[in-house]
Amino acid sequence: MKVALAQVAPKLGDLQANLGKHRELIAQAKEQGANLLVFPELSLTGYFLEELAYHVSLRADSPELKQLAQEAGEMAIVVGFVEETPDYHYYISGAFFESGQLKHLHRKVYLPTYGMFTDLRYFAEGERVQAFDTSFGRCGLLICEDIWHNSTVSILAADRANYLISINSSPGRGVVTGMRTLGSSDAVEMLNRMYAQFFTSFVIFCNRVGYEDGINFWGGSEVIGPDGESLVKAPYFEEALVCAELDPSALRRVRINLPLLRDEKLELTLREYNRILKERFHA
Amino acid sequence: MPDKAPIPIPDEAAIGARLAINSESTERLLCGFVQNEVRKVGFERVVLGLSGGIDSALSAFLAAKALGPHNVLAVMMPYRTSSPESLADARAVVDKLGIQSKVVEITAMADAFIAQSGADTNKRKGNIMARTRMVVLYDQSEDFGGLVLGTSNKTELLLGYGTLYGDMASALNPLGDLYKTQVWALSEHMGVPEAIVNKPPTADLWVGQTDEGELGFTYRQVDEVLFQLVDERYTEAELIERGYNAEFVHKTARLIASSQFKRALPVIAKVSARTIAREFRYPRDWGR
Repeated sequence: MKVALAQVAPKLGDLQANLGKHRELIAQAKEQGANLLVFPELSLTGYFLEELAYHVSLRADSPELKQLAQEAGEMAIVVGFVEETPDYHYYISGAFFESGQLKHLHRKVYLPTYGMFTDLRYFAEGERVQAFDTSFGRCGLLICEDIWHNSTVSILAADRANYLISINSSPGRGVVTGMRTLGSSDAVEMLNRMYAQFFTSFVIFCNRVGYEDGINFWGGSEVIGPDGESLVKAPYFEEALVCAELDPSALRRVRINLPLLRDEKLELTLREYNRILKERFHA
Repeated sequence: MPDKAPIPIPDEAAIGARLAINSESTERLLCGFVQNEVRKVGFERVVLGLSGGIDSALSAFLAAKALGPHNVLAVMMPYRTSSPESLADARAVVDKLGIQSKVVEITAMADAFIAQSGADTNKRKGNIMARTRMVVLYDQSEDFGGLVLGTSNKTELLLGYGTLYGDMASALNPLGDLYKTQVWALSEHMGVPEAIVNKPPTADLWVGQTDEGELGFTYRQVDEVLFQLVDERYTEAELIERGYNAEFVHKTARLIASSQFKRALPVIAKVSARTIAREFRYPRDWGR
């Protein structure tokens, strides 16, 4: 099982240029025999769009996306785009296509508005976190800020996802000493490893690079195995297409040794959450 | 200030460590920034004013590394009262980097402004010099085909210690998010000549002027306070409680607030339903 990560620097607000780049990378990844090619968050548009979001949106069934899916053929692809719905809501979405078919659409649930972020000013919030089946196994798809809420990953694990796909536009910041690279990259790398180990699952993390209005994106895309071992690590700050060979049998071995998911007490969790909901919000 | 007792710096070592930067990552990030911001708008080159001070020296080092020395034009713009050492230090940077350079004496231009406008204080004359240099830089930018590279650091931007439409004018600014003490650290890392790193910072607008003399505190002192107020979000009261001089903390906070206008575009009267920068919001990179 071969996974390719397209660590690209999308051109902000230029759908045509980005579509072209996607086609190139799809061809390259196919040539390398990838089963899955993952692009980062908003890979077709760039991230800090502000009102450009309304200029570059696509319907989930748009010919542009269909064409990418067809060009990918049997190789599965994940692309990030601004989704326009028929009732004119705009989402930060990730689409999973396989064999030309849309298998899953995830709409970013957590839209940050703190610090440098303004997502919720322009976009609607996704309302679902669901795992889905693919030809190589059950997957979950999350977008950037979603992974800063461990509930999303917990839900996907409970929903029996073996592969957590996380697509990102993570800005680099915090040039303090003591960090391997940056404050923000160190933190995300720690989260990724933690999720792989907590949920004994593959973590497929794709981040973008490049600059938008002086803000950099740090890259460092990575695939981590269910034992927490890094299977491939893309460079920081530079565009790259990297591939990792995943051994699905690792899931079996790791989970026999560490049956954390088997022992997870879903009903207890739900009971306690319901109690908390009642006490905090309906008292 | 009633007396000039030294301003105490509590936990100097601890805060010093928090202000310290990973020079390698910072250099890489800033070189990438210069490359990206210049090439994205269809340019290959930059022009900068090289004063002989550390901010413009470091900016030149970053630009030379990012774009290649032949794509960097350093313009030295002495006034008749400018210190000769400043020019010598600037030349040392040009020689070390192999960048292109040019000397444009501003005395005749600035003196004409000063005489015609009747500028009779150091502040007015200093502002005229800073804005004369801006005019020269933007003219050289047209001739050289390069963007104007700004050299203001975070300390001066936060304190408002700069001339609006003078030294604060530029197309891109790699140092604007680094405090002066971080500029020193990155300069040492990149090999800026020691004489420049070690000399007292000065705007060199009149004889004997130094930044720290004019501001009334040292950069190390004010960076500690700025960093904690701005980056770490401590309150003034918390800093005072931890032993910082109250007057100094309040003065620093006042300077940040009162110079906010220098960090913003001219204010627009709202009349329509979709006002520029209020509801009409686009990234600067739009169309690039």
